[in-house]
Amino acid sequence: MSFDAAKAKRYARHLVLKEIGLNGQKKLSVAKVLVIGAGGLGSPAVMYLASAGVGEIGIADYDKVDLSNLQRQIIHTTDRVGMKKTASAQISAKAVNPDVNIIPIDERLDPDNIIRIISEYDFILDCTDRFETKFMINDACVIAGKPYSHAGVVRFGGQAMTYIPGRGPCLRCLLGSVPHDSETCSNAGVVGAAAGVLGSIQALEAVKYITGAGKLLCGRVLSFDGLHMNVRVHKVSGSDPHCTVCGKEPSITDLSVNRNDYYIYGCSTGGDEE
Amino acid sequence: MVLINGTAENAAGMTVEEYISETDYNKSRVAVEINGEIISKALYTQTVLNDGDTVEIVGFVGGG
Ligand SMILES: [Zn+2]
Repeated sequence: MSFDAAKAKRYARHLVLKEIGLNGQKKLSVAKVLVIGAGGLGSPAVMYLASAGVGEIGIADYDKVDLSNLQRQIIHTTDRVGMKKTASAQISAKAVNPDVNIIPIDERLDPDNIIRIISEYDFILDCTDRFETKFMINDACVIAGKPYSHAGVVRFGGQAMTYIPGRGPCLRCLLGSVPHDSETCSNAGVVGAAAGVLGSIQALEAVKYITGAGKLLCGRVLSFDGLHMNVRVHKVSGSDPHCTVCGKEPSITDLSVNRNDYYIYGCSTGGDEE
Repeated sequence: MVLINGTAENAAGMTVEEYISETDYNKSRVAVEINGEIISKALYTQTVLNDGDTVEIVGFVGGG
């Protein structure tokens, strides 16, 4: 990255941080981050990654902007109702920072294409709205050896954690199998600002991973209860040696094994919320 | 006393299954770690909480 006066000014607040500085900013400028889902979590995540100067941001979503999304999905706007979410997100991200390269991925992520798509990126953000998809992303990241940030949100709160290959538990270590009673934002409701908190945490984890700053939510789960304003960081340091995807003798060695677990809903953040 | 999510609770002698059923947690959406080890769901009915155990119960939600 050629560091001209405009960039020095744009990223001035990063450059003064000892944990980021010029070196960290250069790392950000060549980093590739994939955000899966441009909804409640993905909206703030993409905006902060773009403003932070992450070189390439892939945005995967096959849905279109709906009026009911705008209460929380702050990357989209009223005049873009009906537009593809990837196109809308690209417009907003580029408006904030024209230097970043946005890659819209309109295809629905499934067990056949997800490994190919995530393999292009350094860090992945799971911003989807269903456990089925969250487990598909988890299993794909474990199999492909990719670090990723998990988060979920309903009502006034949710949780976030970061998976780093070989360094902490994966989602399957913690939950076992896919919960099929999952509440989604449509039947439970969600406050936009709560999704904003968790999506921002995901973007922050990506920035920390890329720059090497601080301590990730690896081996820890952050639970955010915005209704009573309680936050707890649970230590869950141990991976499960019997985990069916990241354990010593995994049964899920490719995504076809569990195809039916993920495939019913595929990857969505919008249409089936309504 | 059992230290559950940082709070001392009078739960010694209960199984994990019994404790969870008395709370708002949904069994399919929790992770339980006792003294640093994740307890698999199949063992909830036979795992008894002991005096002095440190337990983390993490509830998960799936929305986004
Ligand atoms: Zn695992």
